[in-house]
Amino acid sequence: MKFSVLISEGPYTHEASDTAYNFTKAALEKGHECFRVFFYHDGVNNGTRLATPPQDDRNIVNRWSELSKAHNLDLVLCVAAAQRRGIADADEAKRNGKDADNIAEGFRISGLGQLIEAGIQSDRLVTFGD
Amino acid sequence: MSAVKKFLYVNRKAPYGTIYALESLEVVLIGAAFEQDVALAFLDDGVYQLTKGQETADIGMKNFSPTYKALGDYDVNKIYVEKESLDARGLTLDDLLPLTYEDEDDDWAEKDSIKVVTAGELAEIMDQSDVVLSF
Amino acid sequence: MSQLHTVNKSPLDRTALESAVKHATKGSAILMIEDGIYGAMKGTIKSSLVTDAIGDISFYVLGPDLKARGISENQIIDGIKVVDYNGFVDLVAEHDASQSWL
Repeated sequence: MKFSVLISEGPYTHEASDTAYNFTKAALEKGHECFRVFFYHDGVNNGTRLATPPQDDRNIVNRWSELSKAHNLDLVLCVAAAQRRGIADADEAKRNGKDADNIAEGFRISGLGQLIEAGIQSDRLVTFGD
Repeated sequence: MSAVKKFLYVNRKAPYGTIYALESLEVVLIGAAFEQDVALAFLDDGVYQLTKGQETADIGMKNFSPTYKALGDYDVNKIYVEKESLDARGLTLDDLLPLTYEDEDDDWAEKDSIKVVTAGELAEIMDQSDVVLSF
Repeated sequence: MSQLHTVNKSPLDRTALESAVKHATKGSAILMIEDGIYGAMKGTIKSSLVTDAIGDISFYVLGPDLKARGISENQIIDGIKVVDYNGFVDLVAEHDASQSWL
């Protein structure tokens, strides 16, 4: 199947990102195709490269970056949600007059249309949230 | 050209205490441009999103309830509100915003967008949906 | 259509499981994940949400989340199938659409 994933919560506070990651990894290993992983609401916080979690536990941001690299995934942070919560790439930072950007590797920022498109183009869309 | 899919946006949470009501509405408005078959479902505490008389000045937040009234202009006119959820909360249709749309197939007659449905009817609607987005 | 419903909160904490059961049509499936796995346990005041609906609806629980919480398979209601993430993926593929009760 061609599937997409919607992640609605940030890393650590909710299990959503973990479950989504484990699900996505299992699906890819079974040979399914991942069209897009879309991050909305606090989910955009999964895309900050400034996270420094304790070394003895999983690194949620890096894990997504690595999975993205290994499988050429399309990890998309919603621009409106990202602006609200302070996640920016270089272009966004410049556009909004910020002195820094913080997006993690393997992620890109785009509009909500990407979520709708994921729903249209995929066979299945699975949501992980609160 | 891909076939049109039935999108259902499910709302179960009250407004303002969390951002889900507002941000889900933002998805609906952007999604309207994609010309899919769109319906919204309000059940459980989600029915509170549609109550009249929301005044948010004292909590310092933007009152986004007027945006529901714009849905008709975006061709979003299938708004299902669950009867059991209203009853459990002592609410009736009169307590809700009067959401309407203009039916282009009926000489632009103004019609109600809100359809009060039973849990059983809503279950069928959910069952028939191709893409269900929950917030 | 046969939908897969996922529930990720305990029925003693939220109404998600109750609502999912109320809206799942005959022949559909409910998968309990994350804190939702507590809904699969025998002997709670909410166990009947599942036992009354089993048969009409197929119930599944995510094994890794049970284990994480120290709940053993013999503590769960008879008739609920334990699946791992591979099983979760299969359930998504086998059903027509996926709906999360958040």
